[in-house]
Amino acid sequence: MTSDLHKLTVTEARTRLRAREISATELTRACLDRIAAVEPGLHAYLTVCEPEALEQARVADRRLGAADAPALCGIPLAIKDIFATRGVRTTCASRILANFVPPFDATVIARLRDQGAVFLGKTNMDEFAMGSSTENSAFGPTKNPYDLGRVAGGSSGGSAAAVSADECLAALGTDTGGSIREPASFCGVVGIKPTYSRVSRYGVIAYASSLDQVGPFAKTVRDAAILLGAIAGVDPRDSTCSARPVPDYERALTGDVTGMRIGVPKEFFVEGMEREVEDATRAALKQFEAMGARAVEISLPHTEYAIGCYYLIATAEASANLARYDGIRYGLRAEAATLGELYSLTRARGFGTEVKRRIMLGTFALSSGYYDAYYLKAQKVRTLIRRDFARAFENCDLIVTPTAPTTAFKLGEKTADPIQMYLSDIFTISVNLAGLPGLVVPCGYDNLNLPIGLQILGPHFGEEAILRAGDAYERSSAFKRRPPAL
Amino acid sequence: MIRCKQEEKNITMTSVSEKYEAVIGLEVHTQLLTSSKIFCGCSTAFGAPPNHNVCPVCMGMPGVLPVFNRRVLDLAIRAGLAAHCEISPHSIFARKNYFYPDLPKGYQISQYELPLCNGGYIELPAADGEQPRRIRLTRIHLEEDAGKNLHGADSSLVDFNRSGVPLLEIVSEPDIRSAEDAGAYLRELRLMLRYLEVSAANMEEGSFRCDANVSVRLRGATALGVKTEVKNMNSFKNVEKAISHEIERQIGILESGGRVVQETHLWDPDREETRPMRSKEFAHDYRYFPEPDLPPLKVSRELVEEIRAAMPELPSARRARYLRDFGLSQYETDVLTNERDVSDYFEEVISAPGLSNRKSAANWVMTEVLRVVRESAKPIAESAPKATEVGSLLAMVEKAEISLNAAKTAFAAMCTSGKGASATVAELGLAQVSDEAAIATACDRVLAANPDKVADYRAGRDKLFGFFVGLVMKAMGGKANPKVINEILKQKLAG
Repeated sequence: MTSDLHKLTVTEARTRLRAREISATELTRACLDRIAAVEPGLHAYLTVCEPEALEQARVADRRLGAADAPALCGIPLAIKDIFATRGVRTTCASRILANFVPPFDATVIARLRDQGAVFLGKTNMDEFAMGSSTENSAFGPTKNPYDLGRVAGGSSGGSAAAVSADECLAALGTDTGGSIREPASFCGVVGIKPTYSRVSRYGVIAYASSLDQVGPFAKTVRDAAILLGAIAGVDPRDSTCSARPVPDYERALTGDVTGMRIGVPKEFFVEGMEREVEDATRAALKQFEAMGARAVEISLPHTEYAIGCYYLIATAEASANLARYDGIRYGLRAEAATLGELYSLTRARGFGTEVKRRIMLGTFALSSGYYDAYYLKAQKVRTLIRRDFARAFENCDLIVTPTAPTTAFKLGEKTADPIQMYLSDIFTISVNLAGLPGLVVPCGYDNLNLPIGLQILGPHFGEEAILRAGDAYERSSAFKRRPPAL
Repeated sequence: MIRCKQEEKNITMTSVSEKYEAVIGLEVHTQLLTSSKIFCGCSTAFGAPPNHNVCPVCMGMPGVLPVFNRRVLDLAIRAGLAAHCEISPHSIFARKNYFYPDLPKGYQISQYELPLCNGGYIELPAADGEQPRRIRLTRIHLEEDAGKNLHGADSSLVDFNRSGVPLLEIVSEPDIRSAEDAGAYLRELRLMLRYLEVSAANMEEGSFRCDANVSVRLRGATALGVKTEVKNMNSFKNVEKAISHEIERQIGILESGGRVVQETHLWDPDREETRPMRSKEFAHDYRYFPEPDLPPLKVSRELVEEIRAAMPELPSARRARYLRDFGLSQYETDVLTNERDVSDYFEEVISAPGLSNRKSAANWVMTEVLRVVRESAKPIAESAPKATEVGSLLAMVEKAEISLNAAKTAFAAMCTSGKGASATVAELGLAQVSDEAAIATACDRVLAANPDKVADYRAGRDKLFGFFVGLVMKAMGGKANPKVINEILKQKLAG
């Protein structure tokens, strides 16, 4: 028995579940069948929770009988393997946590669970979210649904690919330097990185605490808005989480962008950008103008320092955040004769190359005698980058840019050259440094039929504006989404 | 004391010691009296089974975040105000990075740049006739405690009950010049923390710990010598012994033409010596950086003033009051203030209505009450009668309602029965009779029954006066006020 229910959007499924036209169990079954069919080629999931998902679906079906069933009741989701899920293995795609089963739920997981969402499984990622292609997973890369010889992007590549290939209705990811937006762009789906502090980080395995932020992947902007509304908001377990009330994001989707001033940073149309990416971005801008918005040129003069700044701050924080993987309390432990050996062997075996590289980089940046020149300087640059954006938003409501300079690259193409890999995040990284929200919506395909994503940035807590713009664009006739032909 | 012993052993050491001056700074870690940990809701209770008071946060599970316990802030500000510190309106937490099995996150959340309290001082109590001395503080900051490693024969275990227990680190300037002063500083600090109810400050339970930075230099020199850090001193006695030992060790090195090496020494209480730790064990670059998981600690002027207004009386103020207002000696003052519970007991005794002689109340508490406490080996609250009742008893003595001897009898009875002063006095019939008419009647009877003795007295045998007093007291059942008896008898015998 096969069905096409896995192709539904969250919005469509919600309507049909509430009308009892379909059951959560059927919907979950369809997703699990889809996973079974396409996973061997894609490797989007690290863990599929079939029995648990079916049980959650059964419970959801009972709740769906009530008039006040929550929005996400019975909706099958995929979860990046960076979120602590009670009783379900959570690896962060690292050997060091290969058998780690958390005794608690991340706050966002608990919220979705309360809503009656169905968790299909845990998705692949770059180890500890360090990477731009999901090739740094200790358990093998995720392939791009549009071309199995190419990467899905990263670090949330599994979640992006799972949504793109209809292996779930929507998914959760995290974004520290572009880890939601770049894979969303590569896999042709919608992804949003909210304002830093908008969503609780409790239970999200930390990479860089001052940059990490949780966000959804979805097939439509509306779906992303629904998910964001469900996970955002104050959390007593995260003191950096904002107490600002969460607006009804769905209500912001009016389709009207008349009079919106759209900033176009001159520094973002750089050399090395693929022609088709630039063309698609400019075409999208034209579309916005056609819908009544106005394009204005802006300047973000410190853009060129963003990558250097990021790789000092993020790695410094990571060097401390990853110190807890010491083989003492949980996770991998190498047998050793001395304590020193236990630490070094555990960490040598448990961490992959990129993780080690970043731990060493961060350790160096914080070391006595180097702190001022590296970490402190990077913090100052971060302030300048933040100021660039604040000034820019004095003259515009949104900023539109490409998401990545290229479409999905080939597997193995950049693994030998970390700097080339780091440059994939050139348009996304400064957004994390500034703590701003960013939305990616598909805006075209290149001549190889690889998706291109448009990045729409807003001021702090400007999620409503960027969702409205993204939704309006998506609804316009500019282009039609083409699902991958798997 | 220790120095004396060494002087006995080696007379020449004294003159060498005279040549040098010790420079000591102390770092004290004291546990704050909160019921839950600094960054999670786990209990801080002492003595729970291993890994009982733990949760994902204080176990350093992946993805967890710290949330600051506001109660910690109030206590820390209270300590800072008592130590005359400047309370910073904006301080930040930092990560101190190092690997150790008892440190679950691989970093300790502490404060580094911008601590909560800056400057300040602790005043050492002065001996009779001396000026009190100030030991300046560098800073007081907040941090979390680590767990505890337990080493077995072929394996080691870790107990995380202490992990995340709130600590204050109190750092002194190098203002201390002797092991004895180090002891005095620690005792004063501990007393202050206990009066403030900021910490139980119990060294044996690990809620009060001290590391010392010790160096020596030629007396009169201004430059500091090379310092060593001395750790593992788990009692006041050991702190003094260890510092004395370290001073002598360093002088010994310098006298023999050597150079002191900057390193960490561990005190071995069994062998009574300090030994250097292997350099690998302490050669840390802690790579401090601001804790990104916690917002800056904002302290409003209003909060500081609110806490200041609610500050209890400090031991130094109490001491001054006893000396100045009650006429107590330095010794009596020390006995009555050195334990918070004893001092509070005394305060309650003297607040009894009708009691004005504080000096005799002080004597009573020091002799009668503290004897009972000593004999029972229990805290004063559990061993002595209620302070208010003892106060009433002493007020009765002062009002001549009972005699001092009767008060002692009543006190002994109260210790066992737990009954109040007036009930006990009534029950035992100890009330003293000052009724002049009753006493006069008894006097008349005694004189009438002994006409010959009266004649002898009047003829000049003054010694017989005591004989008459005794008979009157006997006639009154021992409860008459002796002063009144004396007056009446004198009148009647003169007549």
